[in-house]
Amino acid sequence: MSEKVFGAGLKPREDPALLRGERKYTADITLPGMVHMEFVRSAHGHAAIRSIDVAEAQAMPGVLRIVTGADLEGKLMPLPCIWVPGGVESHFPPHPYGLPGAGTVLATGSVRFIGEPVAVVVAETRAQAADAVRAIRVDYEVLPAVVTPEQALAEGAPQLHDAVPGNLNALWTCGDADGTDAAIADAEVVVKLDLHNRRTINSPLEPRAAIGDYDPVTGESTLYATTQSPHNHRFLLSALVLGMPFNKLRVISPEVGGSFGTKGYLYPDMPLVIFLSRELQRPVKWQDSREGLMRSTVQGRDHRQYATIAGTRDGRITALRCTSYANLGAYPSTIGPGVATALMGRSITGTYDIEHAFCEVYATFTNTVPLGAQRGSGRAEATFLIERLVDRFAATIGMDPAEVRLRNMIRPEQQPFDNRMGWLYDSGDYGAALQRALEMAGYTDREKAKQAARARGKLLGVGISTFVAVCGVGPSPRIAKEGMLGGSWESANIRVHPTGEVTLTIGVTGTGQSHETTFAQIVAQEFGVAVDSVQVLHSDTVKAPYGQGTYGSRSYSVGGPAVQIAARQVTDKMRLAAAHMFGVDEKQVVFRDGTVQVEGDAEKTKSFSDMAMALWYGWDLPPGMEPAIDVTTTFDPADFNYPYGAHIAIVEVDEVTGDVELVRYIAVNDVGPVGNPLVVDGQIEGSIVHGVGQALMEVARYDETGALLTDNLHKYAIPRASDVPFFEMDRTETPTPHNPLGAKGAGEAATVPTAAAVTNAVCDALAGFGVEHLDMPLTAETVWRAMNADTTSRNGAQ
Amino acid sequence: MRISLSVNNTSVEQEVEPRVLLVDLIRDDLRLTGTKVGCDTGQCGTCTVLLDGRAVKSCSMLAVQAEGTQITTIEGANAETGLTDLQEALWKEHGVQCGYCTPGMVLALQDLLATNKAPTEQEVRCGLAGNLCRCTGYQSVVRATLALTGQTGGDDNV
Repeated sequence: MSEKVFGAGLKPREDPALLRGERKYTADITLPGMVHMEFVRSAHGHAAIRSIDVAEAQAMPGVLRIVTGADLEGKLMPLPCIWVPGGVESHFPPHPYGLPGAGTVLATGSVRFIGEPVAVVVAETRAQAADAVRAIRVDYEVLPAVVTPEQALAEGAPQLHDAVPGNLNALWTCGDADGTDAAIADAEVVVKLDLHNRRTINSPLEPRAAIGDYDPVTGESTLYATTQSPHNHRFLLSALVLGMPFNKLRVISPEVGGSFGTKGYLYPDMPLVIFLSRELQRPVKWQDSREGLMRSTVQGRDHRQYATIAGTRDGRITALRCTSYANLGAYPSTIGPGVATALMGRSITGTYDIEHAFCEVYATFTNTVPLGAQRGSGRAEATFLIERLVDRFAATIGMDPAEVRLRNMIRPEQQPFDNRMGWLYDSGDYGAALQRALEMAGYTDREKAKQAARARGKLLGVGISTFVAVCGVGPSPRIAKEGMLGGSWESANIRVHPTGEVTLTIGVTGTGQSHETTFAQIVAQEFGVAVDSVQVLHSDTVKAPYGQGTYGSRSYSVGGPAVQIAARQVTDKMRLAAAHMFGVDEKQVVFRDGTVQVEGDAEKTKSFSDMAMALWYGWDLPPGMEPAIDVTTTFDPADFNYPYGAHIAIVEVDEVTGDVELVRYIAVNDVGPVGNPLVVDGQIEGSIVHGVGQALMEVARYDETGALLTDNLHKYAIPRASDVPFFEMDRTETPTPHNPLGAKGAGEAATVPTAAAVTNAVCDALAGFGVEHLDMPLTAETVWRAMNADTTSRNGAQ
Repeated sequence: MRISLSVNNTSVEQEVEPRVLLVDLIRDDLRLTGTKVGCDTGQCGTCTVLLDGRAVKSCSMLAVQAEGTQITTIEGANAETGLTDLQEALWKEHGVQCGYCTPGMVLALQDLLATNKAPTEQEVRCGLAGNLCRCTGYQSVVRATLALTGQTGGDDNV
C-alpha cells in the first residue's frame, strides 16, 4: 500500500455510531439490580453543620442507605491533591498519608462551598433517592463567607481550614524580582494594568456520572465513570481514598461527552459509588444534573492580576511584572494549585523575548466551587495578560500593536528559547505566523473597514493575540520538579494477530478527539496495512496498558510516539525473523510498503500477514526470538512541546446598544505535523469558540454568601451557532524535537489566544471613548456602560 | 397514569407517574439512550426528539403530555443500516466530536431541512440556536448542512 495514511484527513471511524446515537456514555449504562445515588449538597457557601436528621428520609419508599460524613470516618480517606506548587511553602487540608488533602468525601463539621456534598441517599430509583434527599434536614449555623482572594487574605477574615492559616494555600513566585523591579524603575515607559480574568464554568455537554459495581465472587470492584484519566484515577482511588488493592479496582471510561479539563479530577461520587456498591452488594449509579455540575465540577480561570509592563519609546519591551491573586475555591482540586500557579505564572512572557520578568501568585482558598483546568488553563490567563499589556504598551507609545509584537517576538534562530520563567520553547517562527495572520486579515486596510462599518452604525475593532502554549505534559522527572505527584509517560500495546489484523491498545482516553482514528493511522502507516484492519482499544484499565490521562494536550504528542515506537519494534521483529527464514544477514532485509524484502532480490519478499502467521506458528524463528507479536512500549518525552500561533479577531460594536458581533476570526496555528487534519482543525475550531465564549458571555457569578447565581445554562451563557461566523484558518507545521512524531499539543492551544484577541478587538473598537481596558465578559451591558460612562470611571469598568 | 403514544412507529402503553418527563420515559423506561440529558432546563438541546414531526425538547415536557403523539428519537430517525444523507454530510465534515449533542443536532437539522430545503448560513445557525455544542464550535456542523443542500460556506480550512 503506497497511499499516505498518516497525515490524511480520514473521516473518523467513531463518527457513524455517534451520529446514530449508539455509543454508550456512563449515564446510558444500566446494570442488573442497579440502584441510584443522589447527593444532599450544601445550601450555604460557609456554614457549620450542627446536625443532620435522616430519620424521615430513612423511612421513605425505596430508600436503601443514607450516609453522612460521620459514617465514613475510618472508611474512606479524604481525596488527595497531587499538584502542589514546587519549591514554596504550602498549606493543605489533611490526608492520613501526610499528602496534601483535598477535603473529605462528605463534609464533616462544616461546609465550605455551595455544592459541597453533605450526605448521600441510595434508593431503588433515582426519583426515590431525590425525594429522600429533600426529606433530610441539615441544621446549619451559617458562617460569614469569603468569595474573593482579597477578602480571604484580609486581616480577620473567616478561616476555612484549620491547617491553612490566613486561607493562603501558597505564595508562589517565579522569575527575577530584583532585576525586574530595577528594569521597571529605569524604563522610559511604564504601563500598568489591573484586570480580573473571571471565573468560568467549563460546561461540557455531558454532566458527570459514575457507577460502582462490586462483584462479591471475585471481590473486585468496577467503576464506570466520566473520566479522562482512568488509570490515574484507579491508582488514586484505590491507594489513597478507598485503601483497597490496586488490582481489585477496574476503571472503565465509556464514551465521554466532552471534558475540557473537568473530568481529570477526583470527585466524591467516585469512591462513594464503589464503597456503597460493596456495602449494598448491588451496582450503584449516580448521574449529575446541570445544576449539580455547575455547583460541584471544577471551574476555571479566576485570577485578579496587577501587572506592569515597561520598555522603550521605540517599542522594545524590557520588563514584565505580575502579582496575581488566584481563587482556588474551597478546596484544592486534584491538580488545581499547580494550574493556578506554575501553569499560569511561567507562561506570562508569551511569544516575546523579555529580559526581566517576575510573577507571584497568591493561591487562596475561598467559599466557591474548587478551581481546576479549563481548556487552555493557566496559559490562557497568562496570554490574556501579556496580550492585553502589549496592546496597552503600544497605545501608550503610539505604535501599531502588530509592529510592537513583531519587534519583541522571539526569532526562529533563538530557538530553543529559555523564556526565563521555566519554559524552554522548542521551535517555530512566531513572527511568520503573525505576518500570515495580518495578511489574511487585510490588516493594512483596516481603517477603510472601520469607516465602512461606521457608516452602518457600527464600531469596528481589530484585535491581535499571539500565543505559545506549553503542552504535551511530560517528561516525568520534569513534572516531579514542578511538584506533580505522578508520572507523565504514555504506553501502547500492539498485537498482530495470525491473520495479519492488528489490535492497538493505548493508555490514553479520548473525550471526543477521535483517538481511535488518528492512532490507527499511525499504525497503518508504519505497517502498510489498511487502516480499517487496525482495531483500537482504550479506556478500560483491565484491557489497556497504563496511561496517565488525557490532559494538557498530551494524548497525541506523548501517546502517539509510544504507538509509533511499538509499531517499529513489530516491523523490526518481522525483519529479523524474515532474515532468518531467508538465510540472509539482517542488514539485507528491509520492511517497506507492508512487506519484508531482501534488498536486490525481488523473489525474497514476505507479506505482513505471512510474517504474522509465521511468528504465530513459531516454527522457524531465530535463536532466542519469542513467538507471536505482542509488544508494549512506553514513551516519556524529552521535554514539553510548544504549539504557537497568531489570531486576529474583528468585531463590530453596535454604537447604540453596545452589542458585540464577532464578524471575522483569523487563526494561524502551528501544532507541528498533523496526524489527521480533519480532526485537528475540528479541535482548533472548537477551541476558538471556547475562548469566544469567555470573551463575550461566560462568567460564574457568586453573591457575597457564596451562592452561585449562574447555576444553569440560561444564567450561564455558552456560545450558540448564531454567535460565531465561519473562521478563516491556516496552519504551518514546525516539528518539535521532543518526540519522534514532531507533534505538538492541538486540543486546547487555540483557546489560549482567543479571549485576548476578541477583547483587544473590542477595546480597539472603543478606543474613541477613551476605554483602556474592560474585564470579560464583554456583554452588551458592559460595553454600553463603557461607552456611556463619564471619563473618571472608564478604566477597568466591570 | 396510563399513557399511550407511538415511539419510533411502535405503540407504547405505559404506566407513568405524572411527574415523569418525556426524556425519562424515553431513556429509562424505553431504554432509548440515543436521546441525552444535558441540562434539564431546555437550553442545551441534547434531548431533542421529533413530536409529530417537529423538533421538541423532551426534558421540557411531561410524558403524559405526549399522550396520543408520534415521537421519533434518533433511533427511529436512523436508516436501518448506515447513515442518512444528513448524517453522511455531517460525517464528511467531521461535524461530531464527543457526540453528546449529536443526536439532538441531527433531529433539529432534520426538522429545519423538512421545512426549509435550502436554508442560508444564517438560517442554519438560527435553526441550531436551541442546540448547544461545546466541541465543534458549530463550524463543521453548519458547513455540512450547507454542503448537503448544495451550498458552500467557510471553505477556508487548510
